[in-house]
Formats: sequence, structure tokens, C-alpha cells
Amino acid sequence: MMEIRTPKTHKAKRVLEKRAPKLVENGKKTLILHGTKTSATLSSVLMELYRLKKGGAIKYSRRNENIRPFESGGETSLEFFSQKTDCSIFAYGSHTKKRPDNLVLGRMYDHHVYDLIEVGIDNFKSLLSFSYDKKIAPHEGSKPFICFTGEGFENVPELKQLKEVLTDLFRGEVVDNLNLTGLDRAYICSAISPTKVFLTHCAIKLKKSGTIVPRIELVEVGPSMDLVIRRNRLPNEGLRKEAMKSSKDKPKKKVKNVDQDDVLGKRGRIFIPEQEVGKTPLPDKSKGVKRERREGKLKKKNKEEGSASKKHKESE
Amino acid sequence: DMDMETDQIYQIDVGNLLAFNPNHRFSSAPSSREELVKECVTEGTKLVQAIADTLFNLPSTETNDGPLVQLPPPTTKLPREKHLPRPKPPTKWEEFALKKGIQKRKKDKIVYDETTDKFKRRHGYDRVNDDNDIPIIEAKASDEPGEDPFAKRLDDKKKRVGKQEKNRLENLKTAAKAGALPSHVQLAVTGLPISGTKTQPKKIGKEALGDVAGLAATSTASGGKFDKKLPGEKPPKKQGKHHKYLPVVPRYGWVDEEKEQTNKVLGKLLSKHSHEILNVGKAINMYNDKKEKKKSGRSDKLKAKKDITKKKPYANKAN
Repeated sequence: MMEIRTPKTHKAKRVLEKRAPKLVENGKKTLILHGTKTSATLSSVLMELYRLKKGGAIKYSRRNENIRPFESGGETSLEFFSQKTDCSIFAYGSHTKKRPDNLVLGRMYDHHVYDLIEVGIDNFKSLLSFSYDKKIAPHEGSKPFICFTGEGFENVPELKQLKEVLTDLFRGEVVDNLNLTGLDRAYICSAISPTKVFLTHCAIKLKKSGTIVPRIELVEVGPSMDLVIRRNRLPNEGLRKEAMKSSKDKPKKKVKNVDQDDVLGKRGRIFIPEQEVGKTPLPDKSKGVKRERREGKLKKKNKEEGSASKKHKESE
Repeated sequence: DMDMETDQIYQIDVGNLLAFNPNHRFSSAPSSREELVKECVTEGTKLVQAIADTLFNLPSTETNDGPLVQLPPPTTKLPREKHLPRPKPPTKWEEFALKKGIQKRKKDKIVYDETTDKFKRRHGYDRVNDDNDIPIIEAKASDEPGEDPFAKRLDDKKKRVGKQEKNRLENLKTAAKAGALPSHVQLAVTGLPISGTKTQPKKIGKEALGDVAGLAATSTASGGKFDKKLPGEKPPKKQGKHHKYLPVVPRYGWVDEEKEQTNKVLGKLLSKHSHEILNVGKAINMYNDKKEKKKSGRSDKLKAKKDITKKKPYANKAN
């Protein structure tokens, strides 16, 4: 016994439509949560990550015991939360003896785990420890500059994946129009070794220069940390291809039967198929004509036409 | 030109405000933490400057909040978060209309009503052709005498509406099958089928049936050996250990297999290499364990403890 359920309020309908799969997608939301145990550094990392991504992130404060992203059964809770909150990136923090200050960054495709990368956090400096002029403090929700330095990001596959994940994490919404006065933050990621990335968050100071382009000055506002690559899981090839598909991928079809002429301009050719007048479906609305009668009539007509054309041809 | 050179070396994606410098090499032994941080920030500044160079040179429009630029679409490909929307399969009516060549016609909201010579709305309050407004229904030769034509009209309408709902549900089911259910619709299973109705019997496989038949056969007196078998039914698989017993009395002229078998085992045990075959230590341990187990007895708390003070009833009689 199936039932059709539709939303009873306009607000609910709008929410459902926002979450539906679309051609041009909304910005990815981030889910921040932690496991059974967290350290002081890790909890401040998660808190500050949430502050940086305010407006596009959801932070869960309870501890989650049954989430183990790298084990086959340990992702079900994550997928459920992703479905509930419509988040497609997650940051899961945990602290164990074997993996201290552990952060797992993962992405979802259709609310199923797409890829994972696990990093350890070293040399963490909270944003409260940085002192700077409050006037240049970045505003909430502003679109950031993202910079990557180092050959490691090109040569080492784990760093390549981390680069992609960090871009997705910090990007926010894809916008068409940008207000140049609202550019006030930048994320700097540097591959200082094949397994370590130094990440810092800076505010932008625009200084006058002789040209239209101002001179950029970066001031560290924090947080800053070292990310040490631990484990990772790449997406399997089929899933990756499907996720990377976009609607504009199809090559433009060659337009046929249209030619450009300098003298006559744009010319097109139209081909009219043979009109078989007897076979066009005409609506016969008279009550008396039932389907059998209609078909019988058509058959009769065809027979007559066939014999008539034959006669015509014979006479010619 | 220095700016042109750096643009060529850096990979810039203006749409994402992203820049990547693949050529910088960090020293494996940095002097100090501060020096390293300073180096990273300096390199970062160069990259942001490179993006800003392109950004501020884009055509901008002046607004109240500041100059607005049109960003080009991003060039780095990132995975989507959800699948591409799938095309909706045509409904039963749409297929029929396509086959017949029926075109959709836009209907007007206001229609001319001939009975009152006025323009009335098509749907809603005071509509054209309202079912409830008909005062008189003329009887036809085909009508039965006791039937209420007004009730019949209502009944017909209910049936039509019910049929339409059923068709709508079927269309949504096909759409759900193709993965193209509209975003605001959910198909929910409301309840278990009503008891007493015919539910589909669970399909059992060939092997499972055979196993069950075998189990049932073992409950007969002769263990299912003489049961009449259906044509095509395979003999039951023997459960338990499979022993091959050799004949005790050998056939005329044939080798006594059973004697040979036992002689072989005996030979191995009594040979000078028997210590290699028989693990004496393990054998001793096994024997001792068995003995101990028997000694300790079963620690059944449930087993009624024998009261040694009680005498057996017929003990005197035996004596």
C-alpha cells in the first residue's frame, strides 16, 4: 500500500527543492563532529573551523562512538547525518594514543562516502593567539583566496588529493559576480615536505599602488597548523567519473542543413517527408464511429488508393 | 615583464580565486619556525597578488557597495555533491498523446457560459458547468426505475477521481523506478498488507527444498530410506561422517583389504620410526586430560546431589 506524500507548507516545499539534485548545485555544506575522545587542540581546531565556515557548516557537539570512516561498516552514521543535514563535506576529529590529534576530511557523493583523507595536526596556533588590528579582521562568509605553494602538491598523490579537498572545503559558493571590496581573507597552504602541509589563514590589506591593481599585504590572523598526512582513500574510478560529469561536457552537435553565405546570409534547408494523407490520425468525434469501424474505413481507403494509383500508373 | 612571467609559472583559476605555484621548493631543513612561516606567507602574497592582477583588470560595474566584477567560470573540476538530475519518463497520458499527435492547448481562465450568457471562471466559486447546479436530469430509456441519477453522478465522479489517483500513483512509481521522482514528492509505504489477503509466497530455491525434504525424511522410522521418490528427485545426501567399511570376508582370489589396512597401521606403530608418526607427548597429555575430566566429574549445579546418608530402599533385601 503506497501513499503519495507532498509537503503541506510552502516552506517545506522550498526546502525539499533546495536539497534536490540540480544542474547547477548549491555550495557544499560542512559537517563538523568528533569521536569518543578529543584533545584540547583538536576541539579548538574543530571550533575554529566551524567559525571560519559559519553559514555553511553544522557542528555537532555530542561524541560519536560508532563512526569509523576507514572501516567498512563505520560510515553508516556519517551517511545518515549527511542525509539529514544535507552536508557533503565532513570533518571528523578524534584523539587516540595511536593517532593523536586526528582529523579526517571526507566528501560525499549522493550522501555516500566519496573519498577520505586523514591528517594529524601539529603546531596548532589558535586564532585567539594572533594579535592584529581589528579593522582588517575578515568578515563572516566572505569569499576567500586559496593559495597552494610547493611541488609536492603536483607530485605526491596524497597531497594532490588534499589540495582538492581543501579547495572544496574553503571554496564556499560559486558566484558569478564578486564585490571587490569584500575580498578580505586568504588561505595559504604550503607543502613543506612530501608529507606535511602548513596551513594558515590571513587577512588581506589592500595598499595603494600606482595602478588599478592594489598592492596586496597578508597579515596572519590564524588559525595556523601543520597537517601531517596519515591515511587516505581515493574514490573508485567509476564513481569518480560519474561525480565529475557535468551537463556541459557533451560536445556541441554539428548543426546540419544550415549554411552561411556571404551574399544570401544564413540559409537553411527543410526536408518535408512524404505526406500520406490517408494515414494522418484525425480525431473523429462522432459517437457512432467506434475503433473497429475507424480501422475498417482506413483499410478500405488504402485498398482503393492502391488500386487507383495502379490504374493511374497504368494509364500513364 | 615580471608579471607576465609569474602568470605563466603559476596556475591560476580566477573563478575559484585559486592559485597554485608548483615550482617552489621548500628547504628540507628550515632555519626556524618563524623563518618557514615567513617564507610561506611571502609566497602566498605573491600568489594572491597574481590573482588580484587578473581580477582587478576585469570589466567592473560601479554599485553602491563597491565595484562589481563578473567572474569567469571556475576551471578546476571538482566532484559534484549529488547526481545529475535524471530525465523524467513520460506518463501514460503523455505517451498516448505523442502517439495520437494530440497537442496541449492552453485553457482560458474565463469561459463564456451559455446558460446565463455571462463570462464565468473555469474553476472555483461560481464556475462554468458546475455539477451541483443541475436542477433537472432527464430520464432515459436505459435508466432503471429506482435509481437516483444525482447520486449516480456523484458516484461516477468519485470513481473517476479514484481512477485518476491510481494512475497518478502508477506514474510516480515508474518515475521513482527511473530515479526521477519530483523533489517535493515522497512515496511512502503506509502499512503491512491486511491479514487474510493473498501475500506472495516466498520463493524457495531448489537446494533449500531438497534440504527440507531430506530433513522431513529422516523423521520416518526407516530414516527416509524406503520413501517413494518423485520423478527427478535426487537421493538424500548422507549426513554425518562418511565411512567406507571394507568387506571382512574377502572375495575369492582377491586381496584381503581389511586385513591389509589393519596390518599397515600396526606396522607403522611398531616400526622403529614410530616415534616420528606417534607424538607420544601429545598422546600422554590427551590420556591424562581425559582421566582428569572423568575424575572431576561434571560440575552440574542443576544435577541433584546424591545424598550418601540416604540408604537405598532395597539394600537390606540384597543382603
